Amino acid sequence: MELIFEKSRSGRRASTFPRYDLPPGEVPDELRRERPPRLPELAEPEVMRHFTELSTRTFGIDTGFYPLGSCTMKHNPRVNERVVALPGFRDLHPLQDEDGIQGALELEWRLQEILAEVTGLDAVSLQPAAGSQGEVTGLMLMRAYFADRGETERSEIVIPDSAHGTNPASVAMAGYTLVGVSTDKRGNIDLDDLRGKVGERTAGLMLTNPSTLGLFDESIDEIQRIFHRAGALMYYDGANLNAVCGISRPGDMGFDIVHINLHKTFSQPHGGGGPGGGPIAVRKSLEPFLPVPAVVREDAEEAARFRLDYDRPKSIGKVRAFTGPFGVFVRSYAFIRAYGPALKEMSEVAVLNANYVLARLKDAYELPFDRLCMHEFVLSARNLKRAHGITALDVAKRLMDYGFHPPTIYFPLIVPEALMVEPTETETKETLDAFCDAMLSIAREAEEEPELLCEAPHHRPVGRLDEVKAAKRAIVRYGFEDHPDLSAEPAEAEPRQLEAQKGA
Amino acid sequence: MTRFLSLTEADRKEMLDTIGVSSIDDLFEQIPAAVRFDRELALEPALSELELVTHLEALAARNAHTGAELSFLGAGIYDHYIPAVVDAILSRGELLTAYTPYQPEMSQGVLQAIFEYQTAICELTGMDVSNASGYDGTTVAADACFLAKHATRRSKVVLAEALNPQVRQVVKTYAPGFGLEVIEVPHRSGVTDPDEFRDACADAACAIFQQPNFLGCLEPAPDLAAAANEADALAVAHVDPVSLGVLEAPGAYGCALAIGEGQGAGNYQSYGGPHYGFLAARSEYIRRMPGRIVGETIDAAGRRGYVLTLQTREQHIRREKATSNITTNQTLLALAGLVHLSWLGPEGLRELGETCLALGRYAKERLQSAGFEPAFPDRTTFKEFAVRVGRPAGEVVTEARRKGVHPGYALGRDYEGLDDTLLACVTEKRSPADVDRLVDVLQEVAA
Repeated sequence: MELIFEKSRSGRRASTFPRYDLPPGEVPDELRRERPPRLPELAEPEVMRHFTELSTRTFGIDTGFYPLGSCTMKHNPRVNERVVALPGFRDLHPLQDEDGIQGALELEWRLQEILAEVTGLDAVSLQPAAGSQGEVTGLMLMRAYFADRGETERSEIVIPDSAHGTNPASVAMAGYTLVGVSTDKRGNIDLDDLRGKVGERTAGLMLTNPSTLGLFDESIDEIQRIFHRAGALMYYDGANLNAVCGISRPGDMGFDIVHINLHKTFSQPHGGGGPGGGPIAVRKSLEPFLPVPAVVREDAEEAARFRLDYDRPKSIGKVRAFTGPFGVFVRSYAFIRAYGPALKEMSEVAVLNANYVLARLKDAYELPFDRLCMHEFVLSARNLKRAHGITALDVAKRLMDYGFHPPTIYFPLIVPEALMVEPTETETKETLDAFCDAMLSIAREAEEEPELLCEAPHHRPVGRLDEVKAAKRAIVRYGFEDHPDLSAEPAEAEPRQLEAQKGA
Repeated sequence: MTRFLSLTEADRKEMLDTIGVSSIDDLFEQIPAAVRFDRELALEPALSELELVTHLEALAARNAHTGAELSFLGAGIYDHYIPAVVDAILSRGELLTAYTPYQPEMSQGVLQAIFEYQTAICELTGMDVSNASGYDGTTVAADACFLAKHATRRSKVVLAEALNPQVRQVVKTYAPGFGLEVIEVPHRSGVTDPDEFRDACADAACAIFQQPNFLGCLEPAPDLAAAANEADALAVAHVDPVSLGVLEAPGAYGCALAIGEGQGAGNYQSYGGPHYGFLAARSEYIRRMPGRIVGETIDAAGRRGYVLTLQTREQHIRREKATSNITTNQTLLALAGLVHLSWLGPEGLRELGETCLALGRYAKERLQSAGFEPAFPDRTTFKEFAVRVGRPAGEVVTEARRKGVHPGYALGRDYEGLDDTLLACVTEKRSPADVDRLVDVLQEVAA
């Protein structure tokens, strides 16, 4: 398929503007653009066709089953798209006067209250733009909290080896030092390893619970005692909150700071990579340090009034513009109001679906931790690799031939040939069965017709792509007349894929 | 509440049997009793779809959006016209509901779109490489500082005071974690003085200025970039994409990095987000870039395809040594930007810029002849300008709004000595007649 730039012809355009009979504005020559940007030149019909064709080459949750572990690919209710497009939300300027944003502030305040209840904590800031930014914001809160207490020697953050890569990266960006802790044979944090690593220099723990293995840490109570006895704080990575809404709250588990991925648990469509939303909820003792402005409610005589409070002298500052990604809040708020207290049922069904798929697959693939799972589970294709030379990557690519998006692969790092499956709550049993049948069929194919897997996928617009070449050549923009033709270069015998494909 | 849940009672029973447990509660036995939640969530009852729409319509009705009053608010978020093709493309479910393209064979559409977006941003800014987007125009500035710190091994960053106050505040929030000291260079009558900027740049990792700046004025951008370059600090321009049909590209005047808020290209105001930030650089910084980057390659049959590339920069591989912790970015909003820019084309972008320039000139001149002096009389502006209104600007805003006009942003909130100054913005959506009405209302209010 051609790039939009390759479809461009000089003289075409789709845009028109009103003609005002005004004298032109002035720009000094040295600041005026000399050479126009080579944006594509197309009339409207080809703009529509181009992007429509791109959409048909993209697989979304609307297209089919998408059990991408740790990403919580659930149905995105369409009513949320309708309400986010109401002019009162869509066309609202963030610097509008306070009496002109009362509806927006009320929605934000209500969402804060909901998230406080769901997490079991006291105060919420909606500002962070995504989970990763929630993490670094939470770590900044820790820094500010300990600085305020004069405990500046606390410089270490403890992270288990099963953690998302974002956790250590956030630790580095917040200026902390990483201390790793290992996982025990049941998939919990290894308490013996942990005890020696928590002390006066510890600022806190970052933990996903249930973990990236899809397992609830059975020692969570002891873990929180270890950290709190040492005067350290507990940070909850909310990537897996979909497992526990109304069932177990991070605040009740002993966590002091939580980020919530609105684009996972609360159904903000992920748009092929974003937007997201990463609000943080904290205990009362950390509230003074939250980003500004805070959205607060004041009960006036006749009706409640909402305002933006900038007067927070201990605040860490701002981590993004304004109050956060408001459109994301509208969608997630609508999603939660559609459920009400039945959010618990959402999590129950997510866990039921995951356990059902696990039960059907665990004899065909290795199960590194033989327990019931929460909302997702991790299998290993190690058995297929050993017996037939078939990798997790081959399984993933073959699943595409069956019409499914593959699970997350090669993550978490502590499980070789990992296949991380998260069905979510919105699927039918028929879909789950079809997926299980496909996975079982693939396990048989690994033995009987392994080349089917090695050459998969067979029906996508492209086959396996040479990722080594992509990184080496680093062609990251169209080069117009100088654009190289890679297909004219001698091909590698086998396209080379990189194993690690997972963020969070 | 089951309208999003598909399992029947019979399904549930059958599934529990397969698992080998007797109830859903049994699945949660791994959660210690001490941390189980033993009551119902205190949330308001579930709403039907119709009730939900009614409730949200009532909330939306309590907001004064830019269609409800004649608005001249800008200050970083702009009421530009968004063509219908943007809405049409963004409503495509495949694009709307896809995750990050970890499996390229399933995601060629979104990967190609990102590659095209990267190309469009490079063309706009005159840079060699762009990432797939950052969160917004503030966080990309923090990203630029982090990149510059590692590229130069220096620990000071310089910000022009005429850089958007929220951008500066975000950089200052990140700075302690990055181990960076932040120096600010005051504006002199609306613009940054290149000599002062040069002095501040000594031993700096990078220096960030905005073009056009937050006060609406065109900076002597080539001189500011040269000042940073002389000190071997990375010159970083924070630019408005909509201006780049008429204003020179940062790459053409020697910047190492170009960053900005993308909202004006393709995104609704949406009370401040979600939008996208862009970050583009000269090729020598490619391996220090934060965030996703899509690259071109081929499959075994020689077919062209696109993949996430240079991933050894990223958190899932490099972990604590990564160039950033970002994973989720703003792809859908960046796609909206690409569609908008494709609709504009080079000629449309230039015409849009010229329209803003002409309307801005008309507004300034009309206001001046009505007795409202520009705050920075000798400066050139693009679509925004600062104007003195003779009394506290916040009061003027309040009173003008009672007459159905939002006249702009009160600059005294962020800058000393500008309490009587409004920052007014005129996009292509405001007609000369709208400007006339602004002048009339300001005259009534100021009188």
